[in-house]
Amino acid sequence: MSQQPSVLYDELGPRGQRRVVIGSVLAGVLIIGVVALGIVRLAAKGQFQTTRWEVFTQPAVVRFLANGLLATVRVALTAGLLSLVFGLALALARLSVRRAARYATGAWIEFFRGVPLLLLILFIAHGLPQYGMKLSAYWFLVLGLTIYNSAVLAEIFRAGILSLDRGQREAAYAIGLTYAQSMRLVIVPQAVRRMVPTLVSQLVTLLKDSSLGFVIPFEELLRRGRGLGEFYPQSILQAYVVVAAIYIAVNFSLGRVAVWLEGRQARRYGGRVHLPGGPEDLAMIEVRSAALVPSD
Amino acid sequence: MGVVFGHLSDYASGFWYTVALTLASFLVSLLVGIVIATMRISPAAPARAAGLFYVETVRNTPLLVLLFLFFFGLTKVGLAYSIFVSGVIVIGAYHGAFVAEALRSGVGAVSKGQAEAARSIGLTFSQSLRYVVLPQAFRTVVPPIGNIFIALTKNTSLITVIAGVDLTSAADRLNTTYAQAIPIFFGAAVAYLILTIPSGLAFGWIERKVAIAR
Repeated sequence: MSQQPSVLYDELGPRGQRRVVIGSVLAGVLIIGVVALGIVRLAAKGQFQTTRWEVFTQPAVVRFLANGLLATVRVALTAGLLSLVFGLALALARLSVRRAARYATGAWIEFFRGVPLLLLILFIAHGLPQYGMKLSAYWFLVLGLTIYNSAVLAEIFRAGILSLDRGQREAAYAIGLTYAQSMRLVIVPQAVRRMVPTLVSQLVTLLKDSSLGFVIPFEELLRRGRGLGEFYPQSILQAYVVVAAIYIAVNFSLGRVAVWLEGRQARRYGGRVHLPGGPEDLAMIEVRSAALVPSD
Repeated sequence: MGVVFGHLSDYASGFWYTVALTLASFLVSLLVGIVIATMRISPAAPARAAGLFYVETVRNTPLLVLLFLFFFGLTKVGLAYSIFVSGVIVIGAYHGAFVAEALRSGVGAVSKGQAEAARSIGLTFSQSLRYVVLPQAFRTVVPPIGNIFIALTKNTSLITVIAGVDLTSAADRLNTTYAQAIPIFFGAAVAYLILTIPSGLAFGWIERKVAIAR
């Protein structure tokens, strides 16, 4: 929240300000106390010895983690691109004129959105080889992420398409475009543009979800952190702290980009598709409107 | 499908573990969410900053990383919780950040005139929140909270990675023994849908129940 004054309270007077200061100091002391207790106990176990952290300044270790991050980003981008394509296809199929296509894709989407991603990844990694399907860990992870995310993105696209003014479609028909042409030339480009901020924040979710590659195992950032911890057992906790910091830095920046895009979008087009609750929430967007069927 | 019906008890124990974990973590996430959301709209700037820090940190870290950090971090300070309790704390704290954001946007969705009216009849910050704003905000946040509940249900599966014995781990163990992945994992998927579909419907029902005409 930016600093616009809230109607819920007045500008604080001297007494209020004093209360805030006192309260903050008290809460601060309490939090610092708990943190300090933790630090003392960690220090007692020697967790802050520089030797435990020095590991992360070695060029080989930095390279090892950087390659892990690279693998994470690569897997997220590949799965992201594939999910875009399949997600759009699923969305269009779910909005199709043919009832059978609508029901079949609807069932597919609801099934894969309703099932934990970890279960899906375990099925792919531990199950598919039983049926003679052998892929590299990288493609197993891409496959799992794509199946799950394309179902999620399909609903995002569908929400985008349904949020367009129906006049757009009517105008397209009025100038003689066919259903396919009006989708390709008029509806989809506008819907996709509207969904850009949402898609970027979905990428944050994808980056976080790629950590599930850990169980395959695929050598992404988290797995590499664990690997470091096994190689330098005295630095295992430190390895996780470093990994968490990298994730936060990358995802926080992506989140800023999404916010910026959303602001730009709102300024440019006025209309904005607001999806409360953050990226996690998008996994279960409710689209209440009925399927989009062109009126004849 | 024989392997599924032959091991219904394995599924059942995993199922109830998942249900218990879901409900306990959801309770924690609601508590965390209410506290953090209050901090984020509070008149005290330090509280707002602390709330923002919590939300940004927790939301941008993968849940699995948080689980590992908690699990390994606490053993290093000499505290040890059971897998289940660790799961409840971490999954609850993680989704608490999302609940907080949902609540905050719900407060933002209550029309400004409501807050102005409450303030102008002399209610204080906490009174206007308690009597006017929050009761209305809770209604608008039912759908997002429902979505978070469903996401949380699915995310409890990560407990498998730190050796929890939930539905996902039940399926994975059965598959290791019997190597019939399709029926075994499909069975677990159906069990998850048995949880998620009715809760989606239930939240929809609550939403209609508490809806107010605007």
